Amino acid sequence: MTEKTVLNATHRALGAHMVDFGGWDMPVNYGSQIEEHHAVRRNAGMFDVSHMTIVDLHGARVKDFLRHLLANSIDKLKVTGKALYSCMLNEQGGVIDDLIVYYLGDTFYRTVVNAATRAKDLAWITQQAKAFDVEVKERPELSMIAVQGPHAREKVLALVHEVDRARIEKLAKFTAAAAQGPGGMPLFVARTGYTGEDGFEVMLPAEHTLAFWNALQAAGVVPCGLGARDTLRLEAGMNLYGQDMDETVSPWEANLGWTIALDAGRDFIGRKALEAQKAAGVTRVMVGLVLDGKGVLRHGQKVLTANGDGVILSGSFAPTLDKAIAFARIPVGEPGAVRVDIRGRELPVHIVKYPFVRDGKPCDGI
Amino acid sequence: MSEIPGDLKFNKSHEWARVEDDGTVRVGISDHAQSQLGDLVYVELPEIGSSVEAGNAAAVLESVKAASDIYSPVSGEVVEVNELLSDKPETINADAFGEGWIFAVRPSDRSELDQLLDAKAYEELIEHDEQ
Repeated sequence: MTEKTVLNATHRALGAHMVDFGGWDMPVNYGSQIEEHHAVRRNAGMFDVSHMTIVDLHGARVKDFLRHLLANSIDKLKVTGKALYSCMLNEQGGVIDDLIVYYLGDTFYRTVVNAATRAKDLAWITQQAKAFDVEVKERPELSMIAVQGPHAREKVLALVHEVDRARIEKLAKFTAAAAQGPGGMPLFVARTGYTGEDGFEVMLPAEHTLAFWNALQAAGVVPCGLGARDTLRLEAGMNLYGQDMDETVSPWEANLGWTIALDAGRDFIGRKALEAQKAAGVTRVMVGLVLDGKGVLRHGQKVLTANGDGVILSGSFAPTLDKAIAFARIPVGEPGAVRVDIRGRELPVHIVKYPFVRDGKPCDGI
Repeated sequence: MSEIPGDLKFNKSHEWARVEDDGTVRVGISDHAQSQLGDLVYVELPEIGSSVEAGNAAAVLESVKAASDIYSPVSGEVVEVNELLSDKPETINADAFGEGWIFAVRPSDRSELDQLLDAKAYEELIEHDEQ
């Protein structure tokens, strides 16, 4: 059965095109995906991301548990509220999921994992948690609204109770804190996102979600669908689980080496496989592509290089750049003149360092 | 959603055909179809002089979301293409039944037009789609 967020009727009333998204009935756009994309790059947009899975972890040994579970090092989190992006690997070094974990106390961390991988993630986390006597508690009663864009923070701050406002305004990037919203509703405000713009992701109880959404809309924040979220995160150079990496791909092959912490003496799941792969040499790499001519790069298209064929992972028209961009996985080594096969025609593309767009502007060389 | 013009005939796959005074058949996609595809960003037009067959792919529309084949409602020779779409593919989103036409065909078998849905039957089809 398709699941619905508490804002489902609101999305429909706003005229959203709804699609099945990992088992959830979600808005892909409310009319124009491109206008929604620009609203986030230029002003402020909001996304219902309540389909994402919030899981709280409690226990005296929760830190030891996360040292074992995650490829990134939980010891990097030293200040309450600080967040970390990490992969959760299987023994073969393949990515089970990517997630964000928030440090909320010495016996309490909160993670947010993908909706499409909810069941397997919960099963895996619960199984691994047993040895550490950690309680794994899903929080389905919480909704999540991402408010993103150069003016997103000020729109949210205006709705935060004045006793909390200065504190939330000073919240550092990749940090979260509790605050009161309109009428004293409890908010968990995180300065995180998936768009390459500044902003907040706000978790709050389901019963207050509609009021908060409506208050944001009244303040001029534009409702945006998951279509715009996808083009925004691609421009921002952020991976999408299932498309850019999965259980058959290691972080080395997904340009996520920066999230692997090989700190001394830490025995995390997948570490042996990652070290063996690194020692033997990684054979596939993930790169950014730009198509300067007309056409659109799409998932699954063949990429031709001097060292053999690769494949497009995430690919789309990029509204900020007015051309097509993509991530591709190609054989390691000097790739020569790279082409993409689009309906039987080989079109030249060039490899670029990404992100493609940061803080509303094209990056150098794009 | 804009009104469906009564002089159009339709494929079940949402292309429209309009018989012009000179006997050529102009082809586009319905307003319903553009709304389902979302913002269009690229149109691959057929070549003038190429031949197309009824029910076969003749053009490609790329929206932000996906690429979609456009099936010609009639067989014949392509005599005109809408060059405006090369620079402004979004014209289809703005005016699918008018300025957003895609190509025109000199039909080789006019009886193929009788196989198409009329405006009323097409309207019923998309109402059924939406339920």
